[in-house]
Amino acid sequence: MRKFKIPHKFEFTTIIELYAQWIKEGKLKVNSDWNKDLGVKFTIQDPCNIGRKSGSNKIVDDLRFVIKTVVGEENFIDTVPNRDNNYCCGGGGGALQAGFPDQRRAYGRTKFNQIMATGASYVIAPCHNCHGQIEDIGEHYGADYHVVHLWTIICLAMGVLGEDERTYLGPDLAEVGL
Amino acid sequence: MEDAIKIDELVPEFKDEILAKIPDANFDLCLTCGTCTGGCAASELFDMDPRKLIRMLNMGMDDEVKKGNWMWVCSMCARCQSVCPMNIAIPKLIFNIRASVERSKRPKGILGSCDLHIKTGSAMGAKKEDFEFTVLDMAEEIRETQSDFEDLQVSVDRVGAHMVLNQNSREPVTEPEEMGPLWKVLHAVGADWTYPSVMWAGENYCMFMADDEGWRYIMEEFVHHVDNTLKSPFVVNTE
Repeated sequence: MRKFKIPHKFEFTTIIELYAQWIKEGKLKVNSDWNKDLGVKFTIQDPCNIGRKSGSNKIVDDLRFVIKTVVGEENFIDTVPNRDNNYCCGGGGGALQAGFPDQRRAYGRTKFNQIMATGASYVIAPCHNCHGQIEDIGEHYGADYHVVHLWTIICLAMGVLGEDERTYLGPDLAEVGL
Repeated sequence: MEDAIKIDELVPEFKDEILAKIPDANFDLCLTCGTCTGGCAASELFDMDPRKLIRMLNMGMDDEVKKGNWMWVCSMCARCQSVCPMNIAIPKLIFNIRASVERSKRPKGILGSCDLHIKTGSAMGAKKEDFEFTVLDMAEEIRETQSDFEDLQVSVDRVGAHMVLNQNSREPVTEPEEMGPLWKVLHAVGADWTYPSVMWAGENYCMFMADDEGWRYIMEEFVHHVDNTLKSPFVVNTE
């Protein structure tokens, strides 16, 4: 809309900023008790569009606040580098459908190494391109991490994640809260 | 051995063409420091990297710049520009190289998704009727099978809703049960929200394809629908 100077009356925001706002306001009652004894480790993928390309770290900082709230600060392991300096996963810009899978995976090797260095067993990827690419490179390079949407983990922490809504969870979390 | 590049015979027309559109692209300010390339995960793929590309552009190797496929491997992530001491608009250069390729010769996958989006409202080709049916059907299933959510509210085109949410078409098309967790969070906080039937999908392959016309059309249709039909004050990007 900015690029084409299309006038619009509505305001634009992201669900991540709303999650953070709702937690701070007490509307979204969620905590990390479920993971206290389990100690399952999570890392993060900073989508370029809401990080570096948004012009500030506001959204990716909100993202960290939400993740730490739902998995526990001690169970969150950040990537290096991160936030506005993060590496692209290699799936963006249409790469997933561009028809050059070998180059896309070679690109993704940087992201793969970043994730492996965290030692986390789950990657929270709040963008569908990132989600698809990180799953693919995990499989390709032979890692056993799982890639999950943020909403899955929020509902898991709230104890309302349904049986059919666990496609991306590993066996360690498949039964939690059922 | 390859011949040396004869700079005197080259005219950098493509550079001027892009500069006419993006006057602050700063191509001529390149210090050749290579910081862009050092921090680029796509460097070396197809024997290309950002510094090399800028050199070629500045020298007027227009044919070579437009040739090859590196512009489809680069994801326009903008890490190069964010560390560039001269703030050179490398991602926009890539966008313009993509745009210089004849439309029908751009990658089939991206082209197909863009065309489907223009035609149906989503890159996976799900029409608005199919989207509406899937969403309402899934919501009904949750209400029937999960007792905590028997009053779950999910709607399409509910006029006056406080928030309009987009939805990546991957969920309604291939894994509708993945929408449930998002709806449950919205339910828990008592959000007043709806989906739009027009250009409801969160993705935008016309943007990736550097199809300005298609990209603009998608945005205009969406903005018009939200402002004039739904009259909602907030749009929420769900990814």
